[in-house]
Amino acid sequence: MAYETGTHAAAVAHGHATSLGLDSRKMAFWAFIGSECLLFGSLISTYLVYKGRSLTGPFPHEVLNIPFTSFSTFDLLMSSLAMVLALSAVQRGDMKQGKIWLFVTALLGMVFLGGQFWEFSHFVREGLGLTTNLFGSTFYVLTGTHGAHVTVGVIWLLTLWIQALRGKLGPANAMTVEITGLYWHFVDVVWIVIFTVVYLIQ
Amino acid sequence: MTEQSHATTGTYLRVAAALVIITILEVGVFYVPTFQAALVPVLLFLSAIKFTLVVMFYMHLKFDNRFFTFLFGGPLLLAMAVIVSLLFIFYGALRLRTGV
Repeated sequence: MAYETGTHAAAVAHGHATSLGLDSRKMAFWAFIGSECLLFGSLISTYLVYKGRSLTGPFPHEVLNIPFTSFSTFDLLMSSLAMVLALSAVQRGDMKQGKIWLFVTALLGMVFLGGQFWEFSHFVREGLGLTTNLFGSTFYVLTGTHGAHVTVGVIWLLTLWIQALRGKLGPANAMTVEITGLYWHFVDVVWIVIFTVVYLIQ
Repeated sequence: MTEQSHATTGTYLRVAAALVIITILEVGVFYVPTFQAALVPVLLFLSAIKFTLVVMFYMHLKFDNRFFTFLFGGPLLLAMAVIVSLLFIFYGALRLRTGV
């Protein structure tokens, strides 16, 4: 596979190759993403196990706003598109496009976080706190953990963007952008699952 | 980078369009009363398609070394097994307790 050969040649050239010929940073990051699957798997299963077990309200159908969350989902999906376009631009050495798409990705991430902040504030005003009922506890822990991951991602993206502005990011360190992209896309796929399991299957 | 021969900007845009269309379908299915009976399997299926598209094309697993697929797929299957097992254990115990 050409993509595979290209990235592995880069790993060897930069002294990051493992005995398998794979980039050690990328391999470690995939292992980390694997561990994150288990973290979110346990949080999602906790949510599902306690689903419909709240004795007092507010209940999911009373507070969840599907049109608003659909927009947040669209926003996060578009941020994933911006991320791959940023990586593609950095890999071909087009740093002007790379800077733009990195910033757009971070901006869309911030829009998502703003939406989540608004949603949480709205729920609190509706009387749903972390300790109100089982729905509140499992909902805030699951979506809050995801939001914390998005926050880390936005900080990471802005750091890369600043590096790019200073001229310290180029095709030579495209792997850094690729690993950031892996993290960002993982955050996106977790949201794909949360959107279905929490919001649409009530 | 040789990536261009596999995943071009056009491919990324087509994947994005597919993701948006599937999201619209998901929300549509949620609101249409006819689909209420099959809501859960349909939504899970559509969600799985979106998940696969992002992982295969945006995370490049389709083009990358199979070992990365193993590193991701192994824990993913384990996580799914945990979810299914916990649901069976919890609802099984609940059924035993309530007799329903």
